[in-house]
Amino acid sequence: MTAVAENPTQTSAPSDAPIGSATGTRVSGAQLAIERARIDKSTSTPVLWFFATAITWLFGATVFGLIAALKQYFPSFLSACPLTTYGRIVPAYNLAFTYGWCSLAGMGVGIWLMARLCKVPIKAPGLLIFGAIVWNVGLTIGIWQILLGQSTGVEGLEMPHGARWIMFAGFLFIGLWGAALFRARKEGMAFISVWYLLGAFFWFPWVFAIANALTSLSEVRGVMPVVIASWFSQSLNIWWFTALGLAAAYYLIPKVVNRPIHSYNLASIGFWSLAFLGGLTGMLRLSGGPVPAWLVTLSIAANIMMIVPIATVTANLALTMKGSTQMVYQSPTIRFTFFGVIMFAIGGVLSIISSLRSFDKWLHFTPWLDGQQFLLQYGFFSMVIFGAIYYITPRLVGCEWLSSTLIKFHFWGAAYGGTMVIIMLLFTGISMGGRMADPESLFSQVIGSSLEYLAGRIIATFLMTLGHAIFACHFLLMLLRIGQPGGNATVFETHDEH
Amino acid sequence: MVLVPQSQIGGLQPQVDRDKDEPAKILDVYPTDRVKYGAKVYASEGCIVCHSQQVRDVQNGEDQPRGWGERRTVARDYIYDQFAFLGSSRLGPDLANVGSKTWRNEPEGDRRSPAKRDAAWHYLHLYKPTAIITESNMPPYPYLFEKRKIGGQRSANALPEDQVKVEDGFEIVPKIEAQELVAYLMSLDRSHPLKEVKSEAPTPAAVPAAK
Repeated sequence: MTAVAENPTQTSAPSDAPIGSATGTRVSGAQLAIERARIDKSTSTPVLWFFATAITWLFGATVFGLIAALKQYFPSFLSACPLTTYGRIVPAYNLAFTYGWCSLAGMGVGIWLMARLCKVPIKAPGLLIFGAIVWNVGLTIGIWQILLGQSTGVEGLEMPHGARWIMFAGFLFIGLWGAALFRARKEGMAFISVWYLLGAFFWFPWVFAIANALTSLSEVRGVMPVVIASWFSQSLNIWWFTALGLAAAYYLIPKVVNRPIHSYNLASIGFWSLAFLGGLTGMLRLSGGPVPAWLVTLSIAANIMMIVPIATVTANLALTMKGSTQMVYQSPTIRFTFFGVIMFAIGGVLSIISSLRSFDKWLHFTPWLDGQQFLLQYGFFSMVIFGAIYYITPRLVGCEWLSSTLIKFHFWGAAYGGTMVIIMLLFTGISMGGRMADPESLFSQVIGSSLEYLAGRIIATFLMTLGHAIFACHFLLMLLRIGQPGGNATVFETHDEH
Repeated sequence: MVLVPQSQIGGLQPQVDRDKDEPAKILDVYPTDRVKYGAKVYASEGCIVCHSQQVRDVQNGEDQPRGWGERRTVARDYIYDQFAFLGSSRLGPDLANVGSKTWRNEPEGDRRSPAKRDAAWHYLHLYKPTAIITESNMPPYPYLFEKRKIGGQRSANALPEDQVKVEDGFEIVPKIEAQELVAYLMSLDRSHPLKEVKSEAPTPAAVPAAK
């Protein structure tokens, strides 16, 4: 199986080799170029719409996150207003980030990849846009309800049911397209990214609907909703965000470095182990809690086995990159994506280590958990998606990114700021956990031991906000078709290694 | 298409477990309406973001030596809650037993221990946490209180004048939400013995009464 890629420096002129499969009918380069242009044209409006709303949410989430970080350090900041109390801002931030930025951007990338890899143009882009609008409406209602104090109080499922079902309806319009594109595909053998995408587009409605339906039953009470929410959040992390992120990484890395994927067997092992283990790791968050012990034990065991997908995927992608590492300095797409893959490996290993009971017992209940979540959703997923957006957008608008300096600033803000936020959260966790383990320490000492990390987090969040602002402006310029003429991708100058 | 049964394995997990939550004979702690509304306030203000409500076994953490409970909590402790506020973060102390007499958040015998955590203590703490614990990182909740003109006598639950400054002839009183929330907090007591947990503190007299 070969994944022959086009010339990395010529992003707008597709080459003649079909990506992902050698079994497809070879057609002339000109024909393929026309076909690709047709597919890109059909995906252009909906995918840009996904990206634009996602980036708006990213900005909203960043502001919520900044308020939350400030309030951790200055508890009475903005506390006179019920809308901005810490307990409402934090879930609002999580929802805006998870369903606004991550999910919408991920779905945009997913739909584009699906159309490109299955070689099928989208016939009714209006339905996709409609789905995205419904999703956005549901999410906006849900976040407002939480800010107005209608949260359910279940972590991970804070949103009231009505809003969640609206979002689900919106997803159906989007997800069905994913399935329809796969059905109509032109080639028998599906590229590895398509597996992940198909998985994600099936798993998401599955876990989302189950979690919603079960928690709206009145017999489900007591600890059960928390068990469901825990399973739901973890499944979302693995079956939705990890799957979408890996689909993008598996496409972008071979494509831009112009080499086939190192091993298809490894890719297959990675996919199936992830598919099997994803839903089983769900109860980690309940470790030590008032639930049957086998639930947690099973999750820990499954989580340790997650080393299989993590190791195979990372090794496969790293070996694909082998010999082309200089691309990290040239291509914005590769720089973001490869950074994401490295974070994926780090995050996976940390997750395994900290799920062991001896570590979990003092890291549990500390911001270590938030650090891990952020490592996955930002360090890995968002970085890969940034890379994908840098790759895809020029193909949809017909011009290249205006300035490599702006991209570089975005990378600095996102990579340094994001990494610093992650490190600060993890360190807060370690220092608080250590203090908490001493029963003679005052609770205020536990909190006091982490103040400098909380302050560091504020600075890091500012950096990230700056990076996101630059990214948003740059994207807006692209929407207005202000950029370099199409043909040559915007790359970093090679001597300018930072 | 092979993926659907795959995902079912994970999907069934919580459903199977649901049967375990049958009501059992426990001490009668069925909540009053006021307490139930208080739980809604607890959810609406997002207390769960910083406060957990679960006590772990001694081998799993220092929850019990810290004074947050005398035994671990189990699923049965939450059967009357619509949603158990187990929580996954402790930027504040655990509240599973905050209404019990023995709950403490300071080392035993510490001079900072309040005489008792009664409603008045909770009101002041909600209105201005730093008035009680100087270095507290809890946000204040002034919007759960209102300023009122004193008509005749001061209200019984008005915040103490020496702690909360207010112009002459006025007082700060808790709104209904604050009253419900405090009623809920004071109802939180999971210290009664249960047959599935070995309680650290010997309470032989209470065990037969529970059954």
